[in-house]
Amino acid sequence: MIEQGPDGGKRVTNESGIEVRPVYTAADVEESGGFEFIGEPGQYPFTRGIHKEMYRKRAWTMRQYAGFGNPLETNKRFKYLIENGQTGLNVAFDLATQTGLDSDDVMAEGEVGRVGMAVDSLRDFEIAFDGIDLEEITVSLTINGSAAILIAMYLAMAEKRGYDLKKLRGTAQNDILKEFIGRGTWIFPVDPSVKLVGDTIEYCAEHAPKYSPVSVCGYHIRESGCNPAEEMAYAFSIAKAYADNVIARGMKVDEFANRLSYNFNIFGNLFEQVAKFRAGRSLWAKIIKEDYNAEDPKSMWLRMIAGGGGGGLTFEQAEVNIMRGAYYALISALSGAQTMALCSYDEAYTIPTEYSARVSLRTMQLLTEEMGMCETVDPLAGSYYVETMTNQMRARMEEIMAEVDAEGGIIEMVRDGRIQAKVSSQAYDMTRNIESGAFPKVGVNCYRVDKEDEHEVEFHEYSDADTKLQTDSLAKVKAERDGDEVTRCLAQISEDARADNNVMPAIMAAVKAYATVGEMTRALSDVYGFYKEPIRF
Amino acid sequence: MSSEGKRPIKVIVGKPGLDGHDVGAKVVSRALMDAGFEVIYTGLRKSPGEIAQLALDEGADVIGLSSLAGSHIPFCKKLKGLLDQYGLSEKLWIIGGCIPDQDHAELKAIGLDGVFAGGTKLDEIVNFINANVDAEKETS
Repeated sequence: MIEQGPDGGKRVTNESGIEVRPVYTAADVEESGGFEFIGEPGQYPFTRGIHKEMYRKRAWTMRQYAGFGNPLETNKRFKYLIENGQTGLNVAFDLATQTGLDSDDVMAEGEVGRVGMAVDSLRDFEIAFDGIDLEEITVSLTINGSAAILIAMYLAMAEKRGYDLKKLRGTAQNDILKEFIGRGTWIFPVDPSVKLVGDTIEYCAEHAPKYSPVSVCGYHIRESGCNPAEEMAYAFSIAKAYADNVIARGMKVDEFANRLSYNFNIFGNLFEQVAKFRAGRSLWAKIIKEDYNAEDPKSMWLRMIAGGGGGGLTFEQAEVNIMRGAYYALISALSGAQTMALCSYDEAYTIPTEYSARVSLRTMQLLTEEMGMCETVDPLAGSYYVETMTNQMRARMEEIMAEVDAEGGIIEMVRDGRIQAKVSSQAYDMTRNIESGAFPKVGVNCYRVDKEDEHEVEFHEYSDADTKLQTDSLAKVKAERDGDEVTRCLAQISEDARADNNVMPAIMAAVKAYATVGEMTRALSDVYGFYKEPIRF
Repeated sequence: MSSEGKRPIKVIVGKPGLDGHDVGAKVVSRALMDAGFEVIYTGLRKSPGEIAQLALDEGADVIGLSSLAGSHIPFCKKLKGLLDQYGLSEKLWIIGGCIPDQDHAELKAIGLDGVFAGGTKLDEIVNFINANVDAEKETS
């Protein structure tokens, strides 16, 4: 924001509320805390990166979000992206799957396969990942409310194909607390939801120790209206809530913290964003080391996907989003992300077409192949501005985390809707600032064109025929499986939920018996009930 | 709007189907509240039946929907039948969100009075409601 200062000059503050000065010198770095937290790449506190050589050794994983229709169509899109140089998969599920409903559920009408792939049973995973080498291509599942079930499906599918679960890599989003704040694919009430996240962490630590069961998302809270410093601070508060859950069960921090990962957003001011990531790495390392007494340096790593940027893209002059995406990708690369995905330029309208997904992939490949992003580590280090801002962002994040603690912690703030109200109120203020022009947005409040001069966006085609294919396939699975075995397995899930046991072993058994997402969700909701959203402004 | 003898315009802001994108619905709700309307935000995941029932029970003047995940046409078709059944077809019915241009005519044909795609200014929605809702709302 740019305002008139008291001296008549320009006063500039970034979105996180930190003043930006006209010029930075060594004195500014000194005043903000000096070089205390910078250190060396690959060493505590990891400000400059979690690895010594970063992209020089291996470029970030390119993992465009993809999935639509039925598993067979999605399998084709996966293979298309891999043929075009994508190095990981990031699976989109339809809303029925995300909210624990089968494709034949009445609430799923009109939603099957629409914004992601429809999944009902293990059979769908077998089809979706057919012919894909799960050691070469790591898979990230964007699933939250029903994550315990979908993680079990992934593990069961891999095991069936002969992979050793002890070596299997991959990630699930599985961050339910942020779903209550933004994104909205919750199912169960807050406490059992957090308990389920704990179950997956505990189960994976023992059975699939290289698998990352949780990717804590500041991303969607930022999309919902918070600022960059809050995005990271809230994510850390959420990660601490999950850590506390499993520590209360007797786990040691070094048994799970090295498999926690993060998902952050990249739209906004380039320097503020880069400072956010550099600051966040050292703050998370400090929290895990000093507050949780971790000894393994890997537990202190802030591993992240930094990408997306949907909140920064515009309906207006949609093709300009290609350039926005390129700058966002640059931010991510300058910030030392492990994985990158970009929102495609048409995402304000539709889920990406093959063409727009390829444009996003090429955007990232330009950075690795032509722009020298893989040649040296943390290239902005030492800039007076970036180092000062990094120190200031870290201090701001610590203040925000202290505010959350003072309000009773993130779980309490989610439970009564306080944090949701705070974030949506900020979204309202930002909308008003964009409408008034106080916050410039190209094509929206400046440099507009007439509607007829707008570039046409091609829409992803949705077909009701997909629903029929999927419900037919579901009926076939139900007819072929051992119904008694399914009934027994579902009863076991409810029994373990009631006894407060870890439900993952029972879910694994049910998945292998081809129980469906909807059936397993009901087995849990019979015990846990459903979340009731607090409406608060 | 809140002058003597009148009650404020009552608006339901509903989130249809399974779509979890609620930023827009909440921002619009705030804007309508600031404009002096009484707003009932439904929260996520409402069925056509739940929205129609709420509109009936609350005596809403305006039924607003916010949809960003593409299922607006099948949802509105189902809701239309219920609004007719409950005698609510004369109420002002509007939708906003991620609504492609090519769907606007079909939505109007279903019975929507206003369609507000991405990029709409908040005051446009407020002005549309003021201009089109039955102006004489006596205190009941």
